[in-house]
Amino acid sequence: MNDKASAKDFVLAVEGLTVSFDGFKAVNDLSFYVEEGEIRVIIGPNGAGKTTVLDLICGKTKATSGSIKFRGRELTKMTEHAIVHSGVGRKFQNPSIYEDLTVFENLEISFPRGRSVAGALFFRRDAEVTQAVEEVAETIFLKDQLHTTAGLLSHGQKQWLEIGMLLIQKPDLLMLDEPVAGMSVAERKRTAELLNRITKGRSVVVIEHDMQFVEDIAHRVTVMHQGKTLSEGSMDRVKVDPKVVEVYLGH
Amino acid sequence: MSKLVVGMSKQGFKTLFPKADIIYLIILGLLLGVFLPMTLDIFRLNLVGKYLTYAFVAVGLVLCWGYGGILSLGQGVFFGLGGYCMAMFLKLESSNPEATKIQSTPGIPDFMDWNQITELPWFWEPFYSLPFTILAIILVPSIFAYIIAVAMFKRRVGGVYFAIITQAIASILTILIIGQQGYTGGVNGITDLRTLLGWDIRTDQAKYVLYYVNFICLMLCLLIAQFVRKSKLGRLLVAMRGREDRVRFSGYDVSSFKIFVFCLGAAFSAVGGAMFTLQVGFMSPSFVGIVPSIEMVIFCAVGGRLSIYGAVYGTLLVNWAKTSFSESFPELWLFAMGAMFIGVVMAFPSGLAGVYKKHIEPFIAAGWYGLKKPRPKSPPKITAPIPADNWTSREEVSP
Repeated sequence: MNDKASAKDFVLAVEGLTVSFDGFKAVNDLSFYVEEGEIRVIIGPNGAGKTTVLDLICGKTKATSGSIKFRGRELTKMTEHAIVHSGVGRKFQNPSIYEDLTVFENLEISFPRGRSVAGALFFRRDAEVTQAVEEVAETIFLKDQLHTTAGLLSHGQKQWLEIGMLLIQKPDLLMLDEPVAGMSVAERKRTAELLNRITKGRSVVVIEHDMQFVEDIAHRVTVMHQGKTLSEGSMDRVKVDPKVVEVYLGH
Repeated sequence: MSKLVVGMSKQGFKTLFPKADIIYLIILGLLLGVFLPMTLDIFRLNLVGKYLTYAFVAVGLVLCWGYGGILSLGQGVFFGLGGYCMAMFLKLESSNPEATKIQSTPGIPDFMDWNQITELPWFWEPFYSLPFTILAIILVPSIFAYIIAVAMFKRRVGGVYFAIITQAIASILTILIIGQQGYTGGVNGITDLRTLLGWDIRTDQAKYVLYYVNFICLMLCLLIAQFVRKSKLGRLLVAMRGREDRVRFSGYDVSSFKIFVFCLGAAFSAVGGAMFTLQVGFMSPSFVGIVPSIEMVIFCAVGGRLSIYGAVYGTLLVNWAKTSFSESFPELWLFAMGAMFIGVVMAFPSGLAGVYKKHIEPFIAAGWYGLKKPRPKSPPKITAPIPADNWTSREEVSP
């Protein structure tokens, strides 16, 4: 695999990625490729290293070795905010929102403008910002809650708000860590719809345990086990893979 | 700053100065600028002026600690540096060869002569110039704060560790000042300051003038603080306080915002320190160390660490209590202050400002609307900034 090809064909190319925490290899020589417009779901038992992979891509954890290329740019050497600026957005496992601010302000802070100290000091809430915030709020079913303090939202609404905070950044690659965890059945359905709608025109990496949800949204599935890829392919294929059944789906 | 305010649209001005904040600012301005000078004799007014110099520190702490969650237990360092810069200028002026002709080396500050120093040290030289001194008052502490902040925040040191390190720095600086007696005046500090460009700063009239200079500087700092907290940067600080990672992964370089607000707090403190020197007439290491630094945090906590106006009242109240209490029971004061701090943290985590928001403001609002025609509460507009109580009340649950 030469570098040029991976840069052109794939949005995200992870190759030989390894991270070692005091000798324990949480991610061990992992490689996978995400295509333009693809929804990739990573599944696997607890401790397989799924969240660590997202941490590595977004720069929260530094890789011991290996490479992560996003549109041909090497992410492993970039700072977290530079990775965000290049077009990678990440949602955390627990809803990570600013509880003391209103929904509007949460979205406004995520709006990609005025990210320097001076930019933030002289940031103006103009029509462009207000419009972007209102549009996203409508998408994430929070249009009527714009002036609610975010800490008062329900768990599901908080998850949506964080997804909205990513959307307003207009990332090319969206990474979601268990977006439906702790949601009611109705909320899961709406979230699946939401994801199907917002993933048009961008690539998405999702970590999820809810198999029904995975089947609803996944184009391709990567199964991780002990830091390595156990199996990869369509959900139908992965489901019947004896190795996957043994370590994950079996119980 | 002023150009910016003028350049802003009406809408922008309203966002920056909601009606309530304008009223708070005017009330504070009337109290400090008209009421106190009219009712107090010059001795008491000079005391108030001295207290107000601590208010600069407290306002800086509101931004750093209340908004940004960066607790500094070493603000005395910046207060002291600002104060020492001012004191160096004044000391040089009062150490002219004529006034010091009985010294073995005339023309240098008296404490240097006592310490067998025969030549003015190089770093004292520039302080003959007032413009340099004024620049140094702001820049020396800000640059020092910048170095500390870059070293700490780029490495993601925060919380308790940061507080302890600032405390250590306060302690180190005190030891340094006391140890280098010949250059700094040691434990006595720099004393016997008389004139500013030939103008005697010890007369009653000068004290009035200095009180008003101090008052204007404080109002300017409050305006800057208001601008910062109402800008997106203010909201980012609040966001960072709770969810630093989320801010980072929304594309912000979190450390640069912390560095900014820490340096701003340091600059405010330094102005306060310089005004202290001018009004009180000396500067000493007892305003630099750990104890004064923690006292300043208490002023801020009592006033309400989320309210820049509350911080000013808190400073005045605690200092007034300190003076009246220690006049009658000097040895009990420290216990009383400790008790007050514990009491405030336990009973009113948002300080005076929190008590006001919770109990007094609704009362006033009811009276206000009662006078005017009763009108239905319109839903808040998008441009309306969050009322501070939205999260002062939440503050009580979050650490």
